[in-house]
Amino acid sequence: MSSPRSRLPRAVSRWLVWAPRAALGLLLAVGLFTFDYAGGTSYLRDDPTACLNCHIMREQYEGWQRGPHRRATTCNDCHTGHSIAAKYASKAVNGFNHSLAFTTGRFSEPLQINDFNRRIAEANCRRCHGALVQAVDGAAPHSEAGACLRCHADMGH
Amino acid sequence: MTGSDQPTSRARRRRIAVVILALLATALVLFLAFDIYKKKSERRLPPIPVLELVGEVDDPAAWAQSFPLHYADYLATVDQERTRFGGSDALPKSPTAADPRSTVAQSKLAADPRLPRMWAGYGFAIDHREDRGHAHMLDDETFTARQQKPQPGACLQCHASVVTANRKLGEGAATPEAAGAARLNAMPFAEARTHVDRAIACIDCHDPTTLRLRITRPAFIDAIARLEAGRGNRDYDVNTMATRAQMRSFVCAQCHVEYYFKGADTQLSHPWDDGLRADELLARYDATGFRDWVHAETGAPMLKAQHPEFELWSQGMHARAGVSCVDCHMPYKRVGAMKITDHHIRSPLLDAGRACQVCHPIAAEELVARAESIQERTLAMQNTAMDRLMDLIDAIQAAQASAPDDRRLEAARHAQRRASFLIDFVSSENSAGFHAPQEAARLLFLALDEILAGTRALEASPPARSESKTPRAAMR
Repeated sequence: MSSPRSRLPRAVSRWLVWAPRAALGLLLAVGLFTFDYAGGTSYLRDDPTACLNCHIMREQYEGWQRGPHRRATTCNDCHTGHSIAAKYASKAVNGFNHSLAFTTGRFSEPLQINDFNRRIAEANCRRCHGALVQAVDGAAPHSEAGACLRCHADMGH
Repeated sequence: MTGSDQPTSRARRRRIAVVILALLATALVLFLAFDIYKKKSERRLPPIPVLELVGEVDDPAAWAQSFPLHYADYLATVDQERTRFGGSDALPKSPTAADPRSTVAQSKLAADPRLPRMWAGYGFAIDHREDRGHAHMLDDETFTARQQKPQPGACLQCHASVVTANRKLGEGAATPEAAGAARLNAMPFAEARTHVDRAIACIDCHDPTTLRLRITRPAFIDAIARLEAGRGNRDYDVNTMATRAQMRSFVCAQCHVEYYFKGADTQLSHPWDDGLRADELLARYDATGFRDWVHAETGAPMLKAQHPEFELWSQGMHARAGVSCVDCHMPYKRVGAMKITDHHIRSPLLDAGRACQVCHPIAAEELVARAESIQERTLAMQNTAMDRLMDLIDAIQAAQASAPDDRRLEAARHAQRRASFLIDFVSSENSAGFHAPQEAARLLFLALDEILAGTRALEASPPARSESKTPRAAMR
């Protein structure tokens, strides 16, 4: 015989069956709504207006629109990794960091690129302009991270 | 014991945990959704709420209805904060009937006993304190112990909001502001004080109908016109001819400049006819024979330099690159989706990120360290020059005591006047040399040259100062 304590009223044990399902369903619904409301799918694509979802990026966007790189690149060409895996990995890392910073308001202005993203941007400079800078690199390698950007920091926007 | 509708206690706990965690996660996501909603609505706000503009109203609280964010920053200038070499602490003080202030900034005279000797016989030897924010300007002038010596109403041109007072006092004149300012300048301080009632306000820098920057101090309008005339621009009117970028320095330059009280009616004036460099100012003072006071120990006809931030800045690299006072001291800041000019005016070193990184994309600590290395070196040079100035005062006193040779003493006193002004120019300037490092060094070098000339005048039998083989102009 089980002890009387372990026996629950029928209503409670029924509650224990549907309540977790309902709570998870609610979470899913609210999550999907928020994802959609925040323009979540836009971040999976390459359209530069996705970066404009946050108004803080307006200056960079407008700078890019007026600069020479608008003809050849989107934001992602320079600011995400090149392979599919690297691209979505960098999107995930930056997406999380940006959301956290923008939600909490804990970030310093003017915005500055961090080392992780500087390396990505630098690699992308060289992906297109590698032939051009090969001669420059030749004798005295400008190989440290961010070497292109040290002088050409405002090239993209 | 475990019927289909009777889960184990472990499974029961797990299900309850799932419910709680899922609800917490839902709350978190809802919070996120709400935060995104807030940020999306910020973007929809009109960028600047230009509501009913207030007209020529003194009271900043009236402007606050249209510009609450700017007003909140403006109020913050009560803050007292230190940088490594500047700023001040709020020292507690017992209010008295004569001086109701409950805090004051620390005394510069106590920190450096050479200063009262440099200014012996002048008001600044009685009371001179570290600077603090705009909010304190009227009280600090009204209650300074310098008031033991009679002060003119002219002080209030920069220690109070005077737009309305100048205009009222000049009613009926062709240019009411200039006429009113002339009257206010000539009054004794106590009388003039009854015509003003608050520190600098919106109206002192902004046109209340267009919000554009404007110059309201007749002394600056006059002096900048004379300076421009010297550069070949006749009939220069700063309010219609200056660019917006220039105005972002000129509004500050109405007060953060060298000045003197001209004539018996103590008219506020700036000695800029020959240029903005300290030695050009000095040449002007020498040409007109102006003196602020007579030195109590040596009898030299002295000059006091006062916060010449505009003049020193104008000789520096930032000015040359078109960087204005406002760019660094009132940098843009983001409030929601809006960018506003920070009206909490203060040292850029207190927020080097916003002030400097717009142009210099490097770490804030490094930027501050660079500025401090300039300041440290300037202060070391200034310290040496100040020591040598004390030596010169000693030497003049000794020469006076023994048989005074009037002619040689006169040359030494002239050297004291010039050296003292040049050192004072650097030391009273509020950037410790940062606004133009090499110019500050040049001026201290010139000061040492003056001191050397004065010392030689006292020592040598053939009168001093060989009319230099290296022309003085070469130092320019």
